[in-house]
Amino acid sequence: MKHRLIPTAAVAAALALTLAGCSDADQADTGATGGAGGGTAVSGSIKASGSSAQKNAMAEWVNAFQSANPEVTIDYQANGSGAGIQDFTNNQTAFAGSDAVMKDEEQAAADARCASGPAIHIPLVGGAIAIAYNVDGVDSLTLTPEVIAGIFDSSITKWNDPKIAELNQGVALPDAPIAQFHRSDESGTTQNFNSYLAATVPDAWTYEVGKAWTAPGGQGSKGSDGVASSLTSTKNSIGYVELSFVLDGDLKAAKVDNGGGAVEATSANAANAIAAATVTGSGNDLGLELDPTIAEANAYPIVLVTYQITCETGLPAEQLDVVKPFLQYASSTEGQGILEEIGYVPITGDLLTKVQSSVEALS
Amino acid sequence: MAESSTTTSTSSISGASVRRGDRAFSGVSRGAGLLVLVIMAAIAAFLIWRSIPSLAENTGNFLTEQSWNPDGDPSVFGIGALLFGTVVSAIIAMTLAVPVGIGIALFISLYAGRRLSSSLAFITDLLAAVPSIIFGLWGLEVLLSGSEGIQVWLNDWVGWTILFDNRLDLYGKSLFLASLVLSIMILPTVAAVSREVILQVPPGHKEAALALGATRWEMVKMAVFPFAKPGMISAAMLGLGRALGETIAVALILSAKFEVNWHLTEPGGNTFAANIALKWNEAGTTGLSALIASGLVLFVLTLTVNMVARYIIARRAEFSGAN
Repeated sequence: MKHRLIPTAAVAAALALTLAGCSDADQADTGATGGAGGGTAVSGSIKASGSSAQKNAMAEWVNAFQSANPEVTIDYQANGSGAGIQDFTNNQTAFAGSDAVMKDEEQAAADARCASGPAIHIPLVGGAIAIAYNVDGVDSLTLTPEVIAGIFDSSITKWNDPKIAELNQGVALPDAPIAQFHRSDESGTTQNFNSYLAATVPDAWTYEVGKAWTAPGGQGSKGSDGVASSLTSTKNSIGYVELSFVLDGDLKAAKVDNGGGAVEATSANAANAIAAATVTGSGNDLGLELDPTIAEANAYPIVLVTYQITCETGLPAEQLDVVKPFLQYASSTEGQGILEEIGYVPITGDLLTKVQSSVEALS
Repeated sequence: MAESSTTTSTSSISGASVRRGDRAFSGVSRGAGLLVLVIMAAIAAFLIWRSIPSLAENTGNFLTEQSWNPDGDPSVFGIGALLFGTVVSAIIAMTLAVPVGIGIALFISLYAGRRLSSSLAFITDLLAAVPSIIFGLWGLEVLLSGSEGIQVWLNDWVGWTILFDNRLDLYGKSLFLASLVLSIMILPTVAAVSREVILQVPPGHKEAALALGATRWEMVKMAVFPFAKPGMISAAMLGLGRALGETIAVALILSAKFEVNWHLTEPGGNTFAANIALKWNEAGTTGLSALIASGLVLFVLTLTVNMVARYIIARRAEFSGAN
């Protein structure tokens, strides 16, 4: 029996060490928090959760921010916008990421979570959905919302359909069936694509605007990467994917013509559409209303925005000490500059100035 | 019993402790047996309990509705297309895999030479160890374009059967493709189990048949099949079980449509397991419950299939001539 004592003692010792480690960290936390107020290094750890659309952007920012501030830990769980808002409301996280402005009842619950002042939306990450295609010999393709709707609900089934040919004069369109791909899993990308079509061609796009694809015909693939690889391996195919998948792949993206001329799917053009959005929130709350029908020569219309939702005032001090510098970094020119490289769309122009002053106002 | 008596003799423990050990062992094994029943009952109870909320909210017909919108308002969903896809893909996979699997087993155990047979057996077993996601990716990357020729041929020559008629002239992520991949996935199961059964055919039966002047085929027909039939049926049923429940490979391959389409080579198709895998992450409260309800149907389906198989085996065993 005697030798049994040894492991027990070892465990106890290890436990004691761990506990000591914990209290050390706690002390370091509080010590440095005082320092952060004085404008020196940031420290502490926060949790955040929400939208999976901004997952890669968050990962990039968190990495950069943590390596500049080694004392900081930011844990972002991409568990979906709805769950993120719920976590924030339940006081489990310091901020939430959401693809949509909160509904009234969500807003009320989130406001109640903040000790003083309301919960506000800060748009930080933009995204665009590209209509990617793989047709041999077709290097440039222009589509209008009507034709996009026709292709994606299978009322246009051939590449050389007069409706497509009319928009693409001089392009040799093959006499082949269109292999249309959509997401087979439920996805915010599908929802955004659905809502773009529902807003631009309400008479033609009468399908449910939701995360599930309900239009007839076509083939489903799992995930944006699944759609992208289906498109790559299938000739004469077309599908919708996040912009990043056409930036680095062999796929080409169609130009979209909302009536103001054909617009290429680029990060810069998408940024213009986001910058033109109307702010629906008041004061520092920057909830946006995007205009899917925007018809300008340099604004790519199929875009989305992800907000960070946090308390304007009344966030616990230890959370605020991390959240504010982190959001300051993310909204800086440097932070926004990273977005374009990884296939997201930066916030630009007046809107970015507003975002920066909203972040500044957090207290 | 033999083992316990040897222990007694070597370690000289008193008779009472043997009885105690015996009792403990029988208790443990009975407990293990009962545990299976408890687990089954717990799974069934969980599925029923969690599926009730969505079934109460569903405004469509759960069994026939061909759409899936449980989180909508009103909530409408049904398993019509899922049941169709699951059963049809499993049946096609069986029709393709069972004859080939039994053929492999016959060849390995009766025709092939010793060295060839052991390496072939090894390779079929290896096929069973390939993870299903690999089959899914291989199906997408290789079989999708690779099987187009066959599908076009089927359309041209047996298109009149409706099953292989492709009205879109578009061959892609279809129920037929998923069935092909499934058939390859269940092939090793069918082959391995059949091989074991065939090896158990008493050599006396086979030699007697050959001695009576039967050819090899006649020997297989008269001596091997009657003895091995129940085992082959259970091999097929094991394969069927895997085909019914296969998830990720079919989720990758099928187009996940909620419609019953008898034109099997046209894009479409969906199964219970694939649908659960694809919808689970983003489903709301009712959606999760609806997925569990569909899981309940799959549970009942596989249970029924296995029970029917047991029944067939039990009945056939009496007439197999094995005893």
